[in-house]
Amino acid sequence: MSERKNPATGHDTGHVWDDNLRELTNQPPRWWMICLYLSALFLVVYFILYPTFPLISGSSKGVLGWTQMKRLNESVADIQAVRAPFENRLVGMSAEAILANPELANYAVRSAKVVFGDRCAPCHGTGGAGNPGYPVLADDDWLYGGSVASIEQSIADGRAGMMPAFAAMLNEQQLDALSQYTLALSKGEGRADGQALFASQGCGGCHGADGKGMPMLGAANLTDAVWRFAPGTVESIKYTISNGVNAPGHEGTRSATMPDFKNQLSATEIKKLAVYVHKLGGGQ
Amino acid sequence: MSEPSEPADLKHLEELYRETEYWHVNTGGKTIHAKRMPGRYRSYKWFTMLVWLSFFLGPYLRWGDRQAILFDIPGRQFHIFSVTILPQDVWMLALVLLFSALLLAFVTSLAGRVYCGYFCFQTVWTDIFTLIEQTLEGSPVQRAKLDQSPWRGRKLAVKVVKHLLWLAISVITGISFTAWFGDAYLLWEDYVTLQAPTPAWLSVLVFTGFTYLFAGHMREQVCFWLCPYARIQGVMVDRETILPTYDFARGEPRGKLKKGSRTEGGGQGDCIDCRQCIAVCPTGIDIRVGQQEGCITCGLCLDACDAIMDKIQRPHGLIRYASLDEVEGIPTVGVWRRPRVLVYFFIMLASLAGIVYGLTTLGALELKVLHERQPLFVIQSDGSIQNKYELKILNKSNDDMHMRVSASGHPALLLVGVDQDFTVPRGRVGAYTVFLRIPGARLATERLPVTLRVQDRDHVQIFAEYQSMFFGPESRP
Repeated sequence: MSERKNPATGHDTGHVWDDNLRELTNQPPRWWMICLYLSALFLVVYFILYPTFPLISGSSKGVLGWTQMKRLNESVADIQAVRAPFENRLVGMSAEAILANPELANYAVRSAKVVFGDRCAPCHGTGGAGNPGYPVLADDDWLYGGSVASIEQSIADGRAGMMPAFAAMLNEQQLDALSQYTLALSKGEGRADGQALFASQGCGGCHGADGKGMPMLGAANLTDAVWRFAPGTVESIKYTISNGVNAPGHEGTRSATMPDFKNQLSATEIKKLAVYVHKLGGGQ
Repeated sequence: MSEPSEPADLKHLEELYRETEYWHVNTGGKTIHAKRMPGRYRSYKWFTMLVWLSFFLGPYLRWGDRQAILFDIPGRQFHIFSVTILPQDVWMLALVLLFSALLLAFVTSLAGRVYCGYFCFQTVWTDIFTLIEQTLEGSPVQRAKLDQSPWRGRKLAVKVVKHLLWLAISVITGISFTAWFGDAYLLWEDYVTLQAPTPAWLSVLVFTGFTYLFAGHMREQVCFWLCPYARIQGVMVDRETILPTYDFARGEPRGKLKKGSRTEGGGQGDCIDCRQCIAVCPTGIDIRVGQQEGCITCGLCLDACDAIMDKIQRPHGLIRYASLDEVEGIPTVGVWRRPRVLVYFFIMLASLAGIVYGLTTLGALELKVLHERQPLFVIQSDGSIQNKYELKILNKSNDDMHMRVSASGHPALLLVGVDQDFTVPRGRVGAYTVFLRIPGARLATERLPVTLRVQDRDHVQIFAEYQSMFFGPESRP
C-alpha cells in the first residue's frame, strides 16, 4: 500500500523488540475509526429503541416497546393465519366429511400428529403401536367400533372396560376349560366342554354367542388374532377371566380405562385426532 | 558499412520517449490510465468480450410459454431450454462446477490466465468503463491532468456524465442478472412500475454498487488484492505454459534508440525501452521483469510491442506468447506429454461425461419409500401382518401423472390403502400411504425384501421401483 498513509517516521511507544521492531503511535486508519464511531452510535440508538438496561422494576422498556412475548405472539399469529383457512373449514364439518375430503384429511393427519404425540402416545405409543395393557391403534381390531365417528366418541367421552371377575364363581378346572376354549376360538377351533361353560356362564351376553364381541359394550372379539391383554396365552386368558376388567372391589382386576378428552381438547382437535387414528392403519 | 535505413517514424518515437516519464509500474497508490492501442490481441479481446452479450440478452429468449433459461429459485426448478432440473438432480451442479474448475485449470496450464485476460467480467467491464472514460476525458495524459485540475466547469460536466454512464451500465448489469431468476419481461414491468419484489431490488442494488465500485474505481486492484483466482491460477502454470513473455535474449541489453545508435552501439538488443508495454497494461505491470501475479495475460503488451517493432523495422514477437522453456532455448515438450495437462483433461472429461449421463437419464419419475417404524408391523384381526409405507413420488415431467401402485416380493402379498389410481401434480412431490399385508402363516421370515412400483397409467414406459423391507414378528419356534 501507499507509503504516505503510514509514515514509519512517526512517534513510537518506546517498545522495541527483536532488535528493530518498534510499536508506532500512528492513528488507526480512518475507515477503522469511522466504524468505531458508527458502532458507538449504534449502541446509543439500540439503547433508546430496545429494552437494554436492568433497573429495579425490570429492564428499561425502549421506545419501540419490543418484548420477546410480543414477538412470540406475532409468530403464533403468523402460523395461525396459515392454518386458518383449513381450521375454519373444519369447524362445521363432521369427522366423516373430513375423512372423505383428501385435502382436509391430509391436513388433519399432519396437524393432529403433534397432539397425538402429546396426549395419546404416552399410553398408545407413537404411531398407535400400543403398549402392554393399552390397545394398538394401528390394527383393524376395535373394541368400540372402528368408524371415525366411534373413534371420535372414544376420544371425547373416554372409555372404561367392564368384565366381572369369575374367580369366585368357577373352580380351577372350569377356568382352565374356559381359557382353553377362548384360545381355540381365536384359531377357529371349538371345544365342547368350554363351549358349554361359555354358554352357561353367560359369556355370550357380552362377547356374543359366537364370541365375536359387541362394540356397543366394548366387549372384545374373541375369535380374531388380536388380544386386548397380550400375550394371548392360556395363563393370560385365565387371569382375565378370573379377575375381570375394572371389576369393582376385586383386587388384581385388569384395568382398562381411557380418560375423556372433551374438556382438554377442542372439538376440532378431537375430530382431527379421530381422522388421524382412523388412518393409522385399521380404520373402518 | 552503408547507412542502414533509419526508421521512418523516429520523430514519433521521440514523442513516445517523452511520454515514458509518465509510465510507471503500478504500486497501487495511483489510478492507472492505460493507453489503448489497436492490434491483433485487441481484436481477439473484442471478440471474446462479445460472449457477455449473452448475459444481457439471454433472459429474453423464450421456449414455449416460458423463459428459455430460468433459474426459478422459489419454484425450485431450473429450466434450460427443454430440460427442467429439480433439486433432486442437483448433483449435476456439482459436476458442472467441477467441470468449470477443471476447464480453468486445463486452459491455464496450456496458455495461462486466458479467462482473466479475455473473458473475466472484471476485465471486460473495466475495459468498457475505461473506454467511456477515454471517450469523454481523452488520452491517459489528459486524464491525469484532468484529475489534477480543480473541480469546475468542463471537468465537473465530464465527470458527472462519466459517472452517470457507469452507473447506467451497472444498473443494467444488475437488472440483467436478476432477469435470469424470474420472467424477464414481467420483471421489467415490475421495475418500471416500482413493484418488483424486495430480493430483486436488493440484488440490483448490490450488483449496481459492486459493478460501479469494481469496474469504475478498483479496476486492477480487484485482480491484485481481491480475486482468489489470480493466486490459484499461478500454481497451474509451469515452465511449459505459453504466456505473454518478453524475449530477454533478443531484447537485452535494452536501450533508448537514438539516431544511429543501433549501428554505433552494436551490442544493443531490440528493446528500445519505450515503455509502451507498461503504458497499455491494464494492471500497470512491466512484463519485461518476467511473468508475475499482476499479469492477467491479456496480450495487449504484445500489440503495443509489435506496433513499435513495425516502426523500428524489426520482426514482431519481442513480447510474444511463449513458454519459459522456449525463451530459454530448452526443447519444448508436446502438450500430450505433460502429466499435469493430461490429469486436468481427464478429470474434466469425466465430469463432462457425468453431466451428459445425468442429462440423458433425467427420469420423469422418482420414487422413495419410507417404511413406518412406529409400529414396525401390526397384527390384524385375521392374523395377517400389516406394514405401513409412505411413498414419496416426484413427478419431474410437465404433465400431471396418474399413478398406479403395485408391490411384489411375496406370493401372498396384498396391497391395501390405494383403492384407485391417484394423481401426482407436475413438478411436485406427492406423499401417499399404502399398506402391505401378508397372512401370518405365510410369512416364514422376520423380514422380507419387497419391491414397490409406481407406474404412469397413461405412459406405461414411465415407472419407478423402490426396494423396501417387510417386517414381521420374531419367528416362533
